[in-house]
Amino acid sequence: MLEIKGLNVKLEEEDKQILKGVDLSVEAGTVHAIMGPNGSGKSTLSYVLSGRDGYVVTEGSATLEGHDLLDLEPEERAAIGLFLAFQYPVEIPGVGNMTFLRTAVNAQRKARGLEEMNATEFLKLIRQKAKELQIDADMLKRPVNVGFSGGEKKRNEILQMAMLEPKMCILDETDSGLDVDAMKLVADGVNALRGAGRGFLVITHYQRLLNHIQPDVVHIMSDGRIVKSGGPELALEVEENGYGDILSEVA
Amino acid sequence: MALAQPKITATEERLSALRLPESGVWLARARGAAQDRVRTMGLPAARDEYWKFTPPGTLVQPEAPQAAVFRHDEAPVFDGIERLKIVFVDGVFDAAASDPLEGEGLQIERLADVAAQDIHWARDLYGVLETRGQTPVDRPLAALNTAYASDGILIRVTGHVSKPVSLIYHHESTSSDAILHHVMKVEEGASLTLLENGPAAARFNKVMEVDVADSAAFHHVRAQGRDHERRAATHIFARLGRESTFKSFTLTVNGKMTRNECVIELTGDDAVAHVAGAALGDGDFHGDDTVFVTHDAVNCESRQVFKKVLRNGATGVFQGKILVKPGAQQTDGYQISQSLLLDGDSQFLAKPELEIYADDVACSHGSTSGAIDEDALFYLRARGIPGNVATDLLTLAFLAQAVDEIEDETLRTEMAARLEGWLSRRSG
Repeated sequence: MLEIKGLNVKLEEEDKQILKGVDLSVEAGTVHAIMGPNGSGKSTLSYVLSGRDGYVVTEGSATLEGHDLLDLEPEERAAIGLFLAFQYPVEIPGVGNMTFLRTAVNAQRKARGLEEMNATEFLKLIRQKAKELQIDADMLKRPVNVGFSGGEKKRNEILQMAMLEPKMCILDETDSGLDVDAMKLVADGVNALRGAGRGFLVITHYQRLLNHIQPDVVHIMSDGRIVKSGGPELALEVEENGYGDILSEVA
Repeated sequence: MALAQPKITATEERLSALRLPESGVWLARARGAAQDRVRTMGLPAARDEYWKFTPPGTLVQPEAPQAAVFRHDEAPVFDGIERLKIVFVDGVFDAAASDPLEGEGLQIERLADVAAQDIHWARDLYGVLETRGQTPVDRPLAALNTAYASDGILIRVTGHVSKPVSLIYHHESTSSDAILHHVMKVEEGASLTLLENGPAAARFNKVMEVDVADSAAFHHVRAQGRDHERRAATHIFARLGRESTFKSFTLTVNGKMTRNECVIELTGDDAVAHVAGAALGDGDFHGDDTVFVTHDAVNCESRQVFKKVLRNGATGVFQGKILVKPGAQQTDGYQISQSLLLDGDSQFLAKPELEIYADDVACSHGSTSGAIDEDALFYLRARGIPGNVATDLLTLAFLAQAVDEIEDETLRTEMAARLEGWLSRRSG
């Protein structure tokens, strides 16, 4: 589903190489986790895949079901089924959460040649999805993420994911700033979306999220490369021994 | 101080292109006095401090610059709202297109109709509030208006009013130079909602004097529309009595040159004055909001909220002042002016001012100018919302804070819809 080959990325503003040849293949229906120390390039990978400004791809490719991601605008990437759950969801004063979601859902439907969802259908769908994530009506009415707690923001990300039904979901440090209960809620939301040929790339610093979202494959990233891949046991190894052992072993 | 010769020449050139309308005793006196004021002040010139950001040339020159008549087929603003319509075409009252000038709790007359009368209630207001508003800053175009206004509407509100009064302007002649002067007197405990919309003329000079008596309320919502070549200088002079309310909102889109001045005097304790504006300027646009609020009573509240979105070389101006006079204790004054610059060619010029002579007051002001929030834009696009649609969403969100100042929900929705329509027509 998601194929990344030899991806080299540097910052636009300064001559600093962040990704130094990332190879990764996420098959449909699987959950891959990327772990790694701070500064290893995990978040950069998520931004480059979703099309954020400020990065230059100097080499390599990234495709989603054969579509060249790097050639597309962010909204086009979303429309073909890529979704990034942000580490820091942005607060947007003045734009209602509901308006935002409806505009997004219909923009994607339009891009895919589907009919727009009418207000009644949309309302019915969002109420049902929101309920599962314990998002109340007030949160839907408020401006996007404004005044939301850390947990509310992350639940709102998952709500967007549930509404947009993407093919490939990237979760960037979704566990950061969450207490155990909130993490469980978010993980339940993600798990509910598993299967149906959907791919997941879960980026995290700590192993604890992976207790709730069981990965099929775990990758360790360091200094802009994936240095080791393995099964879920690799995450446990990190949890017990830290990154030091693994990194010195592959060095 | 004697005026400089070029200013005298420019003023006389302008006055010689005008004729004082026929008037009865009281109005003739008011007009004569206003004419004297114009000559004493001189008309605005490019180097005047108060016109530092806005070139007054085309507003002052003897002949109105040509302005194409803008035709479109969309529903007029306020179309779905039950209201009493008063229509002016190129500054001339259109009786056939207007509703009968009568309504519950209202006394409505044309200035031209009462001009010959010896006694009229408007005598105590016509040119009177304008004159008060000439201190400490000169507003010569308003004095010019008092002297030469060819028509206008006089409304006295005495009781319950069942629907808003709507002033509708039409522009038909490419060279019309309209001068209208309205007077609103809202008597104790009464309230009025006044709507204004439509392109008025090639060049428009309008003054509205509003006297809001004790416990009375005046709500004003104005849409300055789609006429791209509009040149307009408008003034509102409002005087507020005890526990009274004055709320005015203006939507400004397009127009080569628009200067809206609002001069508010809080003279009775516990009064509230809100003035707000949302403007969208694209290309050859110059929009100036100049506001002067004087607190001269205890425990009054004033708010100024102005937002402008500018692109393709458009210019926005805000000059806002809060003056707190000695003894105006417990004043709560607030002022914010912000611009969203959608490109590097556009500019926003702001001059916020506070002048306070009382010691127990809370006054704050802020002014910002910035580009669209790139993080927010990316967030929206990452959810599949195309860049232009996302920009429009953020633009509307920016303006919403000004639009939200409108109390009435129907009018608020109407203004928001107009802004949305304007944006969607432009985002190809």
